[in-house]
Amino acid sequence: MEHEITLVVNGTARRVRVPARRLLSDCLRHDLGLTGTHVGCEHGVCGCCTVLLEGRPVRSCLTFAVTVDGAEITTVEGLAGSDGRLSAVQRAFAECHGLQCGFCTPGFLCTVTALLADNPVPTDDEVIEGISGNLCRCTGYQNIVKAVHRAAELRAEET
Amino acid sequence: MKPPPFEYHAPRDLGAALRTLAEVDGKVLAGGQSLIPMLNMRLAAPAHLVDINRVGGLGASEVTPEGVRVGALARHAEVERAAAHPLLTRALKLVAHPVIRNRGTVVGSLVHADPAAELPAVLAVLGGSVRAARWDTAGGGPVLREVPAEEFFVGPMESALGPDELAVSAFFPALPEGSGAAFEEVSRRHGDYALAGVCAVVTVGADGAARARAACVGVGAGPVVVDLGELGPVRRAGWKAAAALVREATDPEEDIHATAAYRRHLVGVLAERALRNAAREGAAARGA
Ligand SMILES: Cc1cc2nc3c(=O)[nH]c(=O)nc-3n(C[C@H](O)[C@H](O)[C@H](O)COP(=O)(O)OP(=O)(O)OC[C@H]3O[C@@H](n4cnc5c(N)ncnc54)[C@H](O)[C@@H]3O)c2cc1C
Ligand code: FES
Ligand code: FES
Repeated sequence: MEHEITLVVNGTARRVRVPARRLLSDCLRHDLGLTGTHVGCEHGVCGCCTVLLEGRPVRSCLTFAVTVDGAEITTVEGLAGSDGRLSAVQRAFAECHGLQCGFCTPGFLCTVTALLADNPVPTDDEVIEGISGNLCRCTGYQNIVKAVHRAAELRAEET
Repeated sequence: MKPPPFEYHAPRDLGAALRTLAEVDGKVLAGGQSLIPMLNMRLAAPAHLVDINRVGGLGASEVTPEGVRVGALARHAEVERAAAHPLLTRALKLVAHPVIRNRGTVVGSLVHADPAAELPAVLAVLGGSVRAARWDTAGGGPVLREVPAEEFFVGPMESALGPDELAVSAFFPALPEGSGAAFEEVSRRHGDYALAGVCAVVTVGADGAARARAACVGVGAGPVVVDLGELGPVRRAGWKAAAALVREATDPEEDIHATAAYRRHLVGVLAERALRNAAREGAAARGA
């Protein structure tokens, strides 16, 4: 049986028919065509499917689309400003070489966006704890940690 | 890695949720942080899922001098932020990653009853309980029962809940006056389930005498509770001997992550650390 649901994705209400077993990650990617959200492990370990649900980071691979009917969701496609200018977190990742292949990056960007909204000036330990649920096979994390601190600076300058 | 099909129910109130559970052979979906991985890996294939995320009134937690009652929809992260119980707060920081804790529920962790999970050990060491509800079809109403921790954890991934029962809340008793608590664990990677862990509560009496209780994770079919009783003056208590008793009470198994002997060794080391840390905190709380 299919269910008709509405998701407010990156500020736009999207109606979609999905079977109950549709994961939010697959709903975003296949039903809504938002392939920025990546899928790695599908059991909550790698973090690359992380999106913001009502502003809080969650695993879209461990969430059914039907469960979040009516909710507001932000994906990596929604992080840049409406004029297309990259967000502070996105610019910091680019500037500090916080990515190589980019597969893990959407999850990191969403996680870090929420982390800095909660804690605008995190310590090194807080950054490491905050991103501990996201795996990156390329960068060795050092530049990601740098990017988080840089993003904190950029945010402070801009507000 | 996709969940098998199931029939979906999204009740709006507790009565409807309980009636559905009484009628169909279903599983409860709370935060989904354990259930959805199991569905994705096809380790579970329930015919019906009863999603309780829209049920009103299950999200609230209540703090009284006696302890904290956590509602079924209270997420790990919310309970952690509320910081209403020092041992519970400390244990929550060890559960998975912050992002998982935004969805996972405290009560879901208890019902899931993973032998390596932190929260069952906390409930067990404190002597807490889980409140279960089911629909009484003959009487036409809900029936509640309070299941003490020692009866709740039946075996690995098995709680005492019946298939038609919903856990509506869990009660974590407050630490007695003059108490300290600690949770020590070792895991292979940050946020993983622990290879072994020990939580301890040490209560220092007005006369300076220490009493201790410990619960171990990852080294038995469920939380292994050891009541160490009275251990003499807190400053001179034999924590090493007490830790050895905790170690002897466990019967760890071997798996790909660690041998049984290594787990047993870890329990001894972690028990001593947890007991000493809890004792220090207890002594400070008592002003001894
Ligand atoms: C990557 C990763 C790492 C993790 N690491 C840890 C860890 O280190 N320590 C740890 O303890 N946990 C860990 N977890 C599991 C996590 O804590 C889960 O959130 C928790 O175990 C289950 O809570 P939930 O609300 O998500 O329950 P769900 O996944 O929704 O349900 C779990 C089980 O409990 C049942 N259930 C849930 N709520 C109720 C209820 N109210 N009444 C009746 N039945 C109910 C369900 O039917 C199901 O069988 C990890 C998970 C992931 C994905
Ligand atoms: S795909 Fe969701 S955590 Fe790996
Ligand atoms: S940049 Fe390649 S996995 Fe992180």
